[in-house]
This record gives sequence, structure tokens and C-alpha cells, in this order.
Amino acid sequence: MEASSLTQQFFQQLINGISLGSIYALIALGYTMVYGIIRLINFAHGDIYMLGAYAGYFATTFFKMSFFPALIFSMVVASTVGMLIERLAYRPLRGAPKIAILITAIGVSLLLEYGGMILVTPQPRTFPELFSTATYNFMGLVVNSQQIVILVVSLVLMFILTYVVNHTKVGKAMRAVSFDTDAARLMGINVDRIISFTFAIGSSLAAAAGILVGIYYNSIDPLMGIMPGLKAFVAAVLGGIGVIPGAMVGGVLLGVIEALVSGFLSSTFRDAAAFIILIVILLFRPAGLFGKNIREKV
Amino acid sequence: MKRDLMGIVGAVALYALLMGLIESEVIGAFWQLNIVLICINIILAVSLNLITGFTGQFSIGHAGFMAVGAYLSAVFTVKLGLPYIVGILAGAAGAAILGFAIGLPTLRLKGDYLAIATLGLGEIIRITILNIPYVGGASGLMGIPRYTTFTWAFFLMVITVLFIKNFINSSHGRACISIRENEIAAEAMGVDTTKYKVIAFTIGATFAGVAGGLFSHYFYIAHPASFTFMKSFDILTMVVLGGMGSITGSITTAILLTYISAELASYPEWRMVIYALLLIVLMIYRPQGLFGNKELSLKLFSRIMGGGQRGAAENK
Repeated sequence: MEASSLTQQFFQQLINGISLGSIYALIALGYTMVYGIIRLINFAHGDIYMLGAYAGYFATTFFKMSFFPALIFSMVVASTVGMLIERLAYRPLRGAPKIAILITAIGVSLLLEYGGMILVTPQPRTFPELFSTATYNFMGLVVNSQQIVILVVSLVLMFILTYVVNHTKVGKAMRAVSFDTDAARLMGINVDRIISFTFAIGSSLAAAAGILVGIYYNSIDPLMGIMPGLKAFVAAVLGGIGVIPGAMVGGVLLGVIEALVSGFLSSTFRDAAAFIILIVILLFRPAGLFGKNIREKV
Repeated sequence: MKRDLMGIVGAVALYALLMGLIESEVIGAFWQLNIVLICINIILAVSLNLITGFTGQFSIGHAGFMAVGAYLSAVFTVKLGLPYIVGILAGAAGAAILGFAIGLPTLRLKGDYLAIATLGLGEIIRITILNIPYVGGASGLMGIPRYTTFTWAFFLMVITVLFIKNFINSSHGRACISIRENEIAAEAMGVDTTKYKVIAFTIGATFAGVAGGLFSHYFYIAHPASFTFMKSFDILTMVVLGGMGSITGSITTAILLTYISAELASYPEWRMVIYALLLIVLMIYRPQGLFGNKELSLKLFSRIMGGGQRGAAENK
């Protein structure tokens, strides 16, 4: 292959990677916020994303909604379910050993996946086309309208999230709880409510990611959440778990790396790439790219 | 030693009983398959219990080691034409080496991070196998002869249980348990924590390899889709439900869950929903599992049967 087409392919994969990566980033935000606030790897988060995709599917096919109402609808559904899960499964275990909570999270995840299979059948469904697909040629690179929608929606959502976390009272409370739960409680913050709120926000972002993926790949199924869920977790670890900008950068970075691996090596190794990054990060810089090293207290 | 002998005698008696039932066709082909599956699952659950229950190192990559055992043993028997026992041993050795190589760097991680790293490693193993055309790639390694019989599965299961039980009751095993109880205190008492974690991990991986060898030589095929992290979750469920740190607990739940999934064979989704609900409810109401870290013991049985071996509790 000559050099110019090689660079062209590189930039093409870069574009694909960024749009895929912004979806990972949206899911990773939920992981990172929940982890930051109650130190739980919420394994069920990937399945919330699946739930969001299905909510979007039913909103558009059954209720004939257009894109934005469907997006809002599925974000609301997912945040309700997220809060419900927190209330029923995780809250009774506050203060329990970490492993017990982690296993509960695995249980919730299995419940959503297979309960979902019973409710909506395991067959993949075709996600309706909400936009007419237009492709734009730009200096020999191909960008389609879905990729632009994905990028714009994710950027807007991330902007809103950053604003909420940094400039509102709830955001301040969230940061306080994640910094020191006990001190936050002493300052009169209703910790349980803040945790609920965090689950709601995280789940709604995952639901948005679900709809965007539905639009991008046109196909959804009850087990679609497993792999993106795990990869988004990798993205959160890559960026530094508990750090919000870290999750965004980590997500996009992971998307780009995956796209490059599948473009230049082999698409079957794509899934392995994420896990190899995970192991390398965990071994050499467990705090992630943006995290601070905190010494463990004895 | 005396207790081991009694255990072996009991196992032989159970074997004779089951074999008699199979030979006289009281137990049909379907349940015969499930009995072999129970033996394999017991090996998997008990070996994971050594890592997760007794040593306290949360691992969700057990299916990866099983895959290594399944494929490597099949390569030895199918491709190289060596006897079955050589295949099993090679599978176990391969899983052991890999367990050691993976355990050494990753066991520095703790809790959640270790869990997610082992999950990732299990998937890396599976994806790597998926990309080796020599062992069939995505379509799996086919044409494996059915060397696994009930006898093989049963006695390898007995060997596994005896080995791990004796390991736990040895000084090494106590070192492992001390790591679970309090790693810092164990270290302060002079326990080489890294060494014992790696030992436990390697032994667990070895027996997962054995289980893999039994598995692929019973179902004629080694397929990458059989060894996803869902399989690891399956094994983990058995360990957690039975009680982390209870061998008899793992055995009981391995039997129970295999039986449930056999009964629900035509409704696989319901099986997983039941698993999921069991996990959640159990974690909320009884996080230590059905048996906690207690063992079902002969004492209990002899009390029920009025026998005279009151002091001969199997463990502790």
C-alpha cells in the first residue's frame, strides 16, 4: 500500500474511532461517576445501555416518536430503572464487603440480560432509521450523518454533565460525597439522595449511548450491553476511574485504538485490544491517565 | 489420613452405586451426561473456591484456564495421537503454566481491579484461541473422541477434592486463609503473601485445566463460545452460593445448579434469571453463602445415622 492511501486509511479509522469512542465515553461516564461515589463497579451499567436502546426502539416504533423525544424518553426510562436498581439491590448492601456488592452487580446484570431476553425475545431487532443517511466526502474521507449526530449529541451531553457537576448545587454535593462521604453527611448532604441522583445521571447517559448505537449499527439485542459495558469500564480505568474528564478522554482514546487495530491488524483482535490496554494500565499506572495516586490506608 | 481413607471408601461406594445404576440403565443417557457435567462442575467450583473462597482473590477468569485445558488436551489426543491421560496432564500443565505466568503480575492487584483484570485475561485467552487456525479458530476444534467416561470424571473429581482439601489443611493452606482474613496482618506475621497467592492461583488453574480436558473429550468439540466469561460467572455463582471457603458447599451447589439447569434445559433464559435472583437475594440476606465457611461433616452424618464417629469431623 502506498503511503498516501495509508495515511488516508489512518484518518478514516480515526473518524470511525472517534464516533465509536464518544459512545464508549458516554457509558464510561456512568461507570466512573458511580465508582467515584460508592466505589462500586456497576456491572449492570452495560445492560442499562441495552435497556436504553430498547426504550428508544419502542419509543420510535411503537409511539412513533422522532429522534429527540425518543432520546429524552429512553433517558428518563433508564434513569428510573437505574435509581430503582440502586434502591433495591445496592442500598441494602451499603457497608457490606466489596465482593458481596460486586456479586450483586453481576446478578443484576444477568437479571437484566436474561429478563430482557424473556421480555423482548433474544432475536436482534432492526433499529428504525431516524435520519436519512447522507455521506459526505471530505478530502477523500467518508463521514456519514450518523457519525455527526453521535458526535454532536455526545458532546452536548458531556457539556451538560460537566456544567451540572461543576456549577450546580447538586453537582457540588456529588463532588463532596465522592470526596468524603462521611464528612459530606455531616455537612447536611442527603447522601442517599445524591447516590440515587448519580445513578440516574449515569444511566441516562448510558441510555443515550444505547440509542446512538442503535442508529449507528441498526441492530439491537438483549446481550448487546456486555461488550460495550466492559469496554467502557476499560475506558474509565484508562482515563482514571472516578475522574469525569478522564472517562471522556479514555472513551475516545479506546474507540480510536480499537478502530486502528481493526483497520490495520485484524477485526477479531479488536476485543482483545481493549483488555490488553486494561491489563497494561492496571499493572503500570492503576490510577489511569488523569487519576492521582492515592496511597491505600492501612 | 484416616479421614482421607474414609472419604475414598465413601467415594468408591458412591461410584459403585452410580455405576450400577448406569449399567442397569436406571440412569438414562440424559442424566448420565448430567452426572459427568456435575463432576466437571465440582472440579471447577472447588478449584475456584481455593482461589476466591480460601485465598480471597476474586477471579472471574476461570473459564480461560478451562479453555486452555480443553484445547491443549485435545491437541495432544487428536493432533498428536497421544493417549488420553497424556492429554489431560498436558492440559493441566498448560493451564498451570499460564496460571503462574498470569498470576505473578496480576495478583498484585486487589479486589475489584483483580476481578476485572482476570475477566480481561480470560477473554484475551479466548480471543487468542479464536485466532489460531491450527485449533479450528472460530468454528472450534472438532472430531475429539469421547474418551471421558463417568469413571474418568468421577475419579478426577475425587482426586481434585482430596488434593484441595489436604492443601487447605496444610500449613500452605493456612497461609492462604490468613491472606483472605487479613492480608496486612498475614504479611506482618511473615507470610509471603505473593508466593501463596500465586500458588493458590496456579493450583486452581491446573484443576480448571483438568476440567477443560474432561469437558472437550466428553462433548466431542472444543469451541471458543463455551469459554466466555459467562462460564466464569457460572462457576463463580456455584462458589458464592455454596459459601466462599466451603468445599462441601461448592460441591452441593455444583450438584444443585447443574441439576436445575438440566431441568430447565429447554428454558435457558429462565435458568439465568433464577441464577441472577438467587445471587442478589443471597447477597442481601446471606452474603456468606449457604454454608458460609463451614463444611458439611461426617459428624453431622453420624449424628443423623446414630453412628459412633462423633469426633471424626471431616474438616476442622
